[in-house]
Amino acid sequence: MPEQSPRRPSGALANTVTIGDVAAFVTSKNAGPYKVALDIVFSTEAEYERFVGQAGLDRAAVAAIYGIPLADVLDVIHFAPAFAVKITLRRRITAGATGDSDVYGAQQHVPLMQHRIAW
Amino acid sequence: MVAAPDSLTVFAPQGMLGYGIPERSMRLGMERRPDILAVDAGSIDPGPHYLGSGTSFTNRRSVRKDLEMILDAAHAHRIPVLIGSAGGAGGDAHLDWLIEIYREICRERGYSFRTARISAEIDRGWLRRRLADGAISPLDHDNALTPGHLERATRIVGQMGYEPFMRAIEAGAEVVIAGRSFDPVMMGAHALLQGFDRGLTVHMGKLLECGGAAAYPRHGSDGLLATLYRDSFTVEPPNPDKVCTVASVAAHSLYERANPYHMEFPGGAIDLHATRFEQESERRVRISGTRYIAAPHYTIKLEGVERVGYRTIAIAGVRDPILISRFDDYVANIRSRVAERYPDGYRLTIHSYGRNGVMGPIEAARAEQPFELGLVFEVVADDPETSAAVLALTRSAALHVTYPGRKAIAGNLAFPFSPSDIVVGPVYEFTIHHLVEVEDPCAPFAMDLFTP
Repeated sequence: MPEQSPRRPSGALANTVTIGDVAAFVTSKNAGPYKVALDIVFSTEAEYERFVGQAGLDRAAVAAIYGIPLADVLDVIHFAPAFAVKITLRRRITAGATGDSDVYGAQQHVPLMQHRIAW
Repeated sequence: MVAAPDSLTVFAPQGMLGYGIPERSMRLGMERRPDILAVDAGSIDPGPHYLGSGTSFTNRRSVRKDLEMILDAAHAHRIPVLIGSAGGAGGDAHLDWLIEIYREICRERGYSFRTARISAEIDRGWLRRRLADGAISPLDHDNALTPGHLERATRIVGQMGYEPFMRAIEAGAEVVIAGRSFDPVMMGAHALLQGFDRGLTVHMGKLLECGGAAAYPRHGSDGLLATLYRDSFTVEPPNPDKVCTVASVAAHSLYERANPYHMEFPGGAIDLHATRFEQESERRVRISGTRYIAAPHYTIKLEGVERVGYRTIAIAGVRDPILISRFDDYVANIRSRVAERYPDGYRLTIHSYGRNGVMGPIEAARAEQPFELGLVFEVVADDPETSAAVLALTRSAALHVTYPGRKAIAGNLAFPFSPSDIVVGPVYEFTIHHLVEVEDPCAPFAMDLFTP
């Protein structure tokens, strides 16, 4: 199954990359049983600044990426000391409750990692 | 009282008791002559089951091996050991499980540390009174606590702050083994007693609580050393193959938290807006400027679970491309066959790995048809017999039910195991995740002193 897109696609996707192409880490983990925290961490200040400047990643963008209500995107916080952007989502289902599929919230990062941005 | 020292070195040999301690890191860490050994032994991340069942998510043999290494080092160097969130979930059953392992080791080795046991199970009568006084509020959700929640909860713990550990140290404890604790507190109770800055102390504990996770490369269980000074602190891994960098340390300040700039703890919060991270040497980072903000009320986080039923599961694979192409019809047929016999009183979930097993209804990927699927059939019912009966019918229906275009009429599923049906047992859910205001931070946490 073709998962990773090539780094420099042609046509309409030229000059775009996925967040996973340019970030050092894109990761998710519970922040308590009711929230999942997504972290995007860059290797350098320059990449971080470029991302913050042009990715347009606000709560509405994150809600669109995940296909979830805006109210479930609790926060998007820029944390310059770590060259990082932190996003907090409300969990659809409390961790470990019947119907949950990811008790640690550790595999919720992929839509963000595969999201395309201008670069 | 001796003069307050200028520095204090804390060694966290691992991020989780039972996850392994590299012997070389332990030896090199102890060569730095730490003043304190401290380790976190628990987490809420493995989910509600462990708090409900009274069992640990860590393995007894692994915990014992790690605890032996820690106690041997503490004995040889005559330094204190502080352990929080004993047994994983930190209830009394968990705490006593760890204390039994501790007693075994001490008996075999002839150790007689003066020891404090601190319970984190909270008295329900006291909680009912706090609830009536309006002193309990929800945390991260909107469900107000009711007397019914307190009544039905299988077990309720509170995350203790620094004060119960400080009381144990003042009582002369050389080893402190405590139930559910706010993760950084065992790293910093000595520091607060010696008057070190509260903001720096909390931030140091936050970095130490996951052991070597604040160093790169981030793999395997490993340790971290921190030295606290009056105006700053440093962190450094004992493992010479790892480094702490500004990025690794700052990134760990983010970990498992909703807001990297602001972290609340019992009695206050730390603010990282003015924090400076400086690369002091190739492997060491110095942190300064983290500020402490006192809270208007001292609060303790409560964690509680309720039993909601009994789970039985079966695992199977599907390789047939015709079935996979008609998967929704197939599932509908299974559900209707089961509902004919058992119309309600249970919850049937079919986890389909290879399709949307991880992201569920928000899965956006529209890949080509997968060549195989992994299925987990799950039934949760009020009693174990109903759970097993509904799962057994689900499993046989799933094996034999038809779907449009079916050619493989002898069976739909590849079972990896016999028996196919797995009794998982009681199912718990988090129902209490609230803050309670307290007058005395030590009062809810009973302490006993003993010598093993």
